[in-house]
Amino acid sequence: MTPAGASWRRPASPSRNSRQAVRSQRPVDVPRWLFLPALLGALFVLLPLVAIVAKVDWGSFFSLVTSEGSRAAFWLSLRTSAASTLACVVLGVPMALLLARWDFPGLGLLRSLVLIPLVLPPVVGGLALLYTFGRRGLLGESLDALGIQVAFSTIAVVMAQTFVAMPFLVLSLEGALRTAGDRFEVVAASLGAPPTTVFRRITLPLVLPGLVSGAVLAFARSLGEFGATITFAGSLQGRTRTLPLEIYLQRETDPDAAVALALVLLVVAVLVIGVARHGRTAL
Amino acid sequence: MARRLSLLAAAAVFLAATATACGDDGSTGPGSAGGTTLTVYAAASLTTTFQQIGEEFEKEHDGVTVEFSFGGSSDLVAQIQEGAPADVFASADTANMDKLTAAGLQAGDPQSFASNTLEIAVPPGNPAGIASFADLAKSDVNVVVCAPEVPCGSATQKVEAATGVALSPVSEEQSVTDVLAKVTSGEADAGVVYVTDVEAAGDDVEGVTFPESSEAVNTYPVVALKDAADADLAQQFVDLVLGDTGRRILEEAGFAQP
Repeated sequence: MTPAGASWRRPASPSRNSRQAVRSQRPVDVPRWLFLPALLGALFVLLPLVAIVAKVDWGSFFSLVTSEGSRAAFWLSLRTSAASTLACVVLGVPMALLLARWDFPGLGLLRSLVLIPLVLPPVVGGLALLYTFGRRGLLGESLDALGIQVAFSTIAVVMAQTFVAMPFLVLSLEGALRTAGDRFEVVAASLGAPPTTVFRRITLPLVLPGLVSGAVLAFARSLGEFGATITFAGSLQGRTRTLPLEIYLQRETDPDAAVALALVLLVVAVLVIGVARHGRTAL
Repeated sequence: MARRLSLLAAAAVFLAATATACGDDGSTGPGSAGGTTLTVYAAASLTTTFQQIGEEFEKEHDGVTVEFSFGGSSDLVAQIQEGAPADVFASADTANMDKLTAAGLQAGDPQSFASNTLEIAVPPGNPAGIASFADLAKSDVNVVVCAPEVPCGSATQKVEAATGVALSPVSEEQSVTDVLAKVTSGEADAGVVYVTDVEAAGDDVEGVTFPESSEAVNTYPVVALKDAADADLAQQFVDLVLGDTGRRILEEAGFAQP
């Protein structure tokens, strides 16, 4: 049972025991009237997806999605999204752990600051990155002196994606850490386990499902990243033009190609979420 | 089952009610408050000039409000084709206007009102020392252009073909605005944009003109639309753009006569 599932359970009531048998099949009675807004919500999300699929010109679908530009964009998107997810895990897991387990003045403020990219328009995120790592940015001159040029490179794409995707990982992992609590960690430490062992043997396995869903969210967000990328990294086939950028560009001349590519992006997103779901339940 | 059906019916009624309510809200906007609204769809590069022309139009026509939707010409055509409530359309190139006329959405023949040529934009001080179009092809120059799919990019390609200078840009951007942004931020050493963009950017960039720009002159056509709410008013706006007032404002911004 996942922690999220636990919170769905109703508080104990006199009829609890008599309901036990029913509950094993249907865990909770959801109020009937919730079906209507739920149905409307589902339609609101699903109908546009149906509309996209209906727009696809199947006759030319395969030639459109296998064109040189499409393939280059597709691979670039997968590569950069994987790289940025990795970066999110490496940098985000320690951040989530500190936010969830430490208590210090200004923690709330720090947490809000870390989550800012969630509400920031991605274009503004791109500008912020430009003002930091760009040639004339805060760190730009130092980087230039080291011979590192970030602008217009694939690295810039990964940085843009990591910037916008990080909060998703931190947020869901921090939630999982708080729900899991620190009982087992305290016990392990009292038995003499050093902090690193506790982290590796207790904390990580405990919140692995939360980490996986956070990583999937980060990957999905990276895959769809557009605004920060086009502002910070530019757009060049095979180097910085990811799938969303290619879709936006193709719309100029060939809306059919844009729709076909959008469907590809959609399928990849669904696959990733599906695989992650599967993997998560298997854990 | 019957209960469920009645729930669905209730949902339908509710949806219909909110939809009408939204519709009511829309028509009680500034338009019906004793005046008329003229909606103009214009290419992004016309933002400043058309806003000025709109102000002139409102001065001449009491009670009329001119509302603009500025964007990429192809986006605008797509929106009009999908039924967006536009009265006038001004395109940044003839290709996109052709798309509109092919769909039969125009009220008369489109007329050219301005033209624009390419110019090189460089950061203030011209750090890379760009003096000609050929300089852009130097290997140590970070040059940014528009993608061939958009009008400014296809114009750049024409110049490349005519001069035999093959550029290897570090980025092919979606619009002139994006190109200009890369130059003003100093990321790029040079960008190929329109004369009017350099003019509008003021002190943020310097312009380097090049004679080969005459190989790719961009013409801006304007037309009143068939489905305009007020056909006369739409045509009057077109006339203002084509007339002396329009010409003066456009020339001040760096546009040439077609």
